[in-house]
Amino acid sequence: MEMFGKRRVAVIGAGMTLFRRNLKETGKELCWEAAKMALDQAGLELKDIEAVVMGTAPDAFDGVHMKGEYLADGAGARKKPYMRVFVGGGTGVFTPIAGWWHVASGMFDTCLVVAEEKMSSCFPHPAYAFHTIFDPIMARPLGVTLIWIFALEMHRYMHVHGIKKEQIARVAVKNKQNALDHPCAQLPQKITVEDVLNSEVLCWPVQRLDISPTSDGAAVAVLAAEHVAKQLTDNPVWIDGVGWCIDSTYWTNRDLYYPKYVECAARMAYKMAGIKNPPKEIDVAEVYDPFDYKELHHMEGLMLCRKGEAPRLTEEGVTQRDGDLPINPSGGLLGVGNPIAAAGMMKVCEIFWQLRGEAGKRQVKKDARTGLAQAWGDLMQYGSVIIMRS
Amino acid sequence: MSEKIKEYPGHRIKTADLRAGLVPLIRYKPEAKFAFSAGAAMSRFLEELKNGRILASVCKKCGRIMVPPRTFCEICFKPVDDYTYVKDTGKINTYSVSFIAADASRVKEPTIVAVIELDGASPGMGILHKIGEIDWKEVKFGMRVKAVWKPPEQREGAITDIKYFKPLKEGEE
Ligand SMILES: [Zn+2]
Repeated sequence: MEMFGKRRVAVIGAGMTLFRRNLKETGKELCWEAAKMALDQAGLELKDIEAVVMGTAPDAFDGVHMKGEYLADGAGARKKPYMRVFVGGGTGVFTPIAGWWHVASGMFDTCLVVAEEKMSSCFPHPAYAFHTIFDPIMARPLGVTLIWIFALEMHRYMHVHGIKKEQIARVAVKNKQNALDHPCAQLPQKITVEDVLNSEVLCWPVQRLDISPTSDGAAVAVLAAEHVAKQLTDNPVWIDGVGWCIDSTYWTNRDLYYPKYVECAARMAYKMAGIKNPPKEIDVAEVYDPFDYKELHHMEGLMLCRKGEAPRLTEEGVTQRDGDLPINPSGGLLGVGNPIAAAGMMKVCEIFWQLRGEAGKRQVKKDARTGLAQAWGDLMQYGSVIIMRS
Repeated sequence: MSEKIKEYPGHRIKTADLRAGLVPLIRYKPEAKFAFSAGAAMSRFLEELKNGRILASVCKKCGRIMVPPRTFCEICFKPVDDYTYVKDTGKINTYSVSFIAADASRVKEPTIVAVIELDGASPGMGILHKIGEIDWKEVKFGMRVKAVWKPPEQREGAITDIKYFKPLKEGEE
């Protein structure tokens, strides 16, 4: 295998808090709880950690500007090399990528990767905090909201491929059902396609049950260089590929039916991991699903199937836990919850637990050796991808 | 979550406690004000909206006619070569229909929003705007639309100088 970076990097421990709306714990306390759990799982103490990477999304959610500093103590960063990364919704998977290069570069032997979000601090609704992400001249005067633009993308995707809402709703049904087996899940539910189609219309074609909830939570992983990982555990999970990419911010100048930037990020990660045929070589994937259509959109961008083919695979049950290509066995953002950065990181943790065979009732049926986690963000323009192997 | 882990940290605040005001709520209205510079291309664009015209940039290297206009081509990474006008007609690339406001509260009349590919711009070059004078159930992909402008004396050099786009009837220009 072609070696990128100086050294091979493993995940050796992971932890997370409950994902809920209105958690009593502060952001710092959520970080600490998840970090302590991850360290315990890795058999390490904070003194064994050489560097810390923090991932957290817009400051306006917590209502504390520059929250990298605000959260530092909870992340175990005191008197350590520390940085915060932020690439919108892509942050949760980009954070362990940044941790990876801390270790792969040879700079550090261990790195704690912490992702946190506390969205419910913002009243009356965190959607309000998004207003200032939009262009002040072309977009804000029109009263633009995030749900407008995601609905525009969903509709374009449906139109180009002739996809029906019933097909997309199956993703919400599957993921909320999968979440019934996740002890931290916020919205585990047994629902039907009809329930999704009958739910409140927010911004057509987006309805209430197409969408993930407002959440608080944290998720953490411990990364280690190969020689350290092999001393500490018999079953490290290796980070064998990483990729990230951004497309133009002029999103009204792009065809939203296909996330080309996700493809670019995936190609980078596949090349690094030596993957030639993604649908055959990826055993389990956690793809970003803040909306049900995004799971399908991202399966296509990740080249896990052909363009427009993801709805059919979903209908055929291929993406169920006992299917040939299990997608979001955790329950995803739709079921487990969507504390932005922590949600992406939860996906990386899920792949870690799946590849270690520790996922319990969520364990996929096939013998999973290679897994993928992906997140998406900014103005429908950012993709981050990580490939892991047991 | 690993099956090796039996306790999951986190405690939910009771809704009753929230309602009773037992959770400290700081109401904060930012006093910060921002004067956004529009830049050379967008300043001209906004001035031309007052005249009922839509300005675009031309890059001769990639051949694109770009809306919104810009001073440099982000693909060729060089200054644009020229400015031109595109029409105030176009077609709907995609649309959505919002039944909620920015704070997620319900609204009475839904807002139809669309990406509109303007005639005269390069294919796929759209802008975000609203659609009016049509029931939302009648809107179609590819539908031809035309800008409805505010009266000249009410224009202020803003994207809202176009009130919305309305559907064009068959044969209408
Ligand atoms: Zn150019």
